[in-house]
Amino acid sequence: MTKDEIYGDLTEVMRDVFDDDDISISAHTTAQDIPGWDSQAHVMLIVAAEQRFGIRFRTAEFETLHNVGDFVDLIMLKLERV
Amino acid sequence: MLSWLPRHRDAGACLRQAQAARDEPAMLAAARALAGHSRDAQFTNRIDRLSRAARGAMPASGLTEMRLAMLSSHTVDHLAPAIRVAGLHRNLAIEVHTGEYGQFRGPLIAGDPALERFAPHMILFALDLPSLLAPMPLSAGREPVEASLAEIMDGLRQLWSLARERFGAQPAQQTFLPQAPPLLGSNEAMLPASAWACCTRLNELLRQASQQGDVLLVDPANQLPDIGGEGRLYDEVRWYQAKQLVNPLVAPAYGELVARLAAAVVGRSRKCLVLDLDNTLWGGVVGDDGVDHLRLGQGGAEGEAYLAFQRYVARLAERGIIIAICSKNDHDVARSVFDRHPEMQIAFDDIACFVANWSDKASNLRQIAQTLNIGLDSMVFVDDNPAEREIVRRELPEVAVPELPEDPAGYAQCVADSGYFESLGLTSEDLARSGDYTANNQRAAVRASTTDMDGYLQSLDMTLTAGPISSFDRLRAVQLINKSNQFNLTTRRRTAEELHPLLEDGRTIALAFRLRDRFGDNGLISVIVARPDPSWSGGELLIDTWLMSCRVLGRGVEVAALAALRSAAMQAGATALIGEYRPSGRNGMVEAHYEKLGFERVETDTPGDETFWRMSLQAGQVARHHLTLELTA
Repeated sequence: MTKDEIYGDLTEVMRDVFDDDDISISAHTTAQDIPGWDSQAHVMLIVAAEQRFGIRFRTAEFETLHNVGDFVDLIMLKLERV
Repeated sequence: MLSWLPRHRDAGACLRQAQAARDEPAMLAAARALAGHSRDAQFTNRIDRLSRAARGAMPASGLTEMRLAMLSSHTVDHLAPAIRVAGLHRNLAIEVHTGEYGQFRGPLIAGDPALERFAPHMILFALDLPSLLAPMPLSAGREPVEASLAEIMDGLRQLWSLARERFGAQPAQQTFLPQAPPLLGSNEAMLPASAWACCTRLNELLRQASQQGDVLLVDPANQLPDIGGEGRLYDEVRWYQAKQLVNPLVAPAYGELVARLAAAVVGRSRKCLVLDLDNTLWGGVVGDDGVDHLRLGQGGAEGEAYLAFQRYVARLAERGIIIAICSKNDHDVARSVFDRHPEMQIAFDDIACFVANWSDKASNLRQIAQTLNIGLDSMVFVDDNPAEREIVRRELPEVAVPELPEDPAGYAQCVADSGYFESLGLTSEDLARSGDYTANNQRAAVRASTTDMDGYLQSLDMTLTAGPISSFDRLRAVQLINKSNQFNLTTRRRTAEELHPLLEDGRTIALAFRLRDRFGDNGLISVIVARPDPSWSGGELLIDTWLMSCRVLGRGVEVAALAALRSAAMQAGATALIGEYRPSGRNGMVEAHYEKLGFERVETDTPGDETFWRMSLQAGQVARHHLTLELTA
């Protein structure tokens, strides 16, 4: 999967989780930019991304995700390891 | 996930369309429809957002209002959407109030204006064991552990009383989930202080409390594995990350458990089970195949599956659920199965309304509702035919129509998983339908009071029915003929085709035996075939086959069976019975069978190991037994 494809899939995941078809994301997008991205939604986002990409985030990784760019890099790293 | 709910053809499009509608009643209607379809956690959250946006339409929607407060020692906010959505499918408008994180005692003891304003109908305590119980040294024995658990129970009882007294709310308690893995394994109870053992024991105490009527339980520990589907109930990662005790992936199933309890509390559980007949209660189509070719009962895997489903339905009837039939069939043909098929578990008298005709099922369901004077929203319709299910869902959205699996083996579990009949216990009216709810106590009493064998056999109240092998019996008889090894005098295997000419021969006596006792029907348990044989004289009948299921050994069945055989042989004009024992290497237990029954050894010059035995029909006698014998023609 290329980085662009991951951005594409993650956009869909986020549109579903936040129920907002207008969401578009970039590497610099953070929780502040998306209405409704609170701690509860964050868990749901992680869970949804795990299902979509068939991966599992480690307990510690939860706290290292500061923006969408970190998120995509981590997904990419995990997909390469599979 | 939620496997009894049908899949939606295009749920996503339906949701988007409803979101765009901006018409609250239409949005709410769409949310209710989507809630009745199979859905994962994420889609459930989206349905919830849609219905919340349509809240203004709820008061006029016919949904029953229910205010639920969840007081918890951990995070439960992620469960609220799933509870509300499951409520929509159960005709409830559930409002969920979640307390401050970790606050479950304070609001009740010191009071809480927000909770008082909310005025909950039900307060659900969702607690985790680590927050209540400090770890104990493993050397602690049963007593200190029991004392600690009793203290926890006292604390819980206090919370439940406060919920009642201070808020007028029905208290409910979530069972504890084991969070720490076991230390020993299967015998963890030997280490009472282990967290796992404490959790199990505490749940036992909770079940006792529920039995005494102190509290209602939400029991994910027992109930969720069946309906959860994807993901584990407790996921450590979510616990460490977000203090979520219940995995967000299984939230829809959790929401179901809470919503069905809420439905039972406000009286919106369903009351009536409407069943199709062909391929739902038995395998085959009675109009085409005939009563005696239906697949139902012992003797075939599929027949056993239908039998088990019928037993489940019969237990639901006993529990007080109204049973109705809605089948496309000729009325008399459909009825004849109830009158004639010996394996039917549902009696015609148990059926409150029997509709078999060629009209469409939606009209028939309406008629059943009218006849029984119940609402369509009290009915659950069970039909193996996906097309009929679809039509009824479309025409009568109020009727719940579980999506049955293709295999009848899964029918009972599907109806159970759907939770439409969730109940808080049996009322005296429910029990009035049943005379044998004390059977378990009686069984224990029989064991306890019986020391001598004769007394025991007497107390079993056995009835042996003997009659010619009928077309109903044939499958099971062939199965016994080919499977029985131990209690089998001659071990002659025969296929159905090989058995057939024997049964057609008027000179052959072929008997099937069924045994009932006070604990139930054992089904067909023994087969005897006796026929004239060229090696023996005209009046003598050779017992070609005598076999019996080992399940009923030691009850004197063979003695009573001999009485039946003698009477059939005398009626046929025979003068004597010839018994044959052929050692097979596995049937040593019946080596002395004929000797014990009073036959006399006959010396023959046959070359093999077999022995032959003779009993005169004029002189010989049958020993004493404790069975009532019923002979059928």
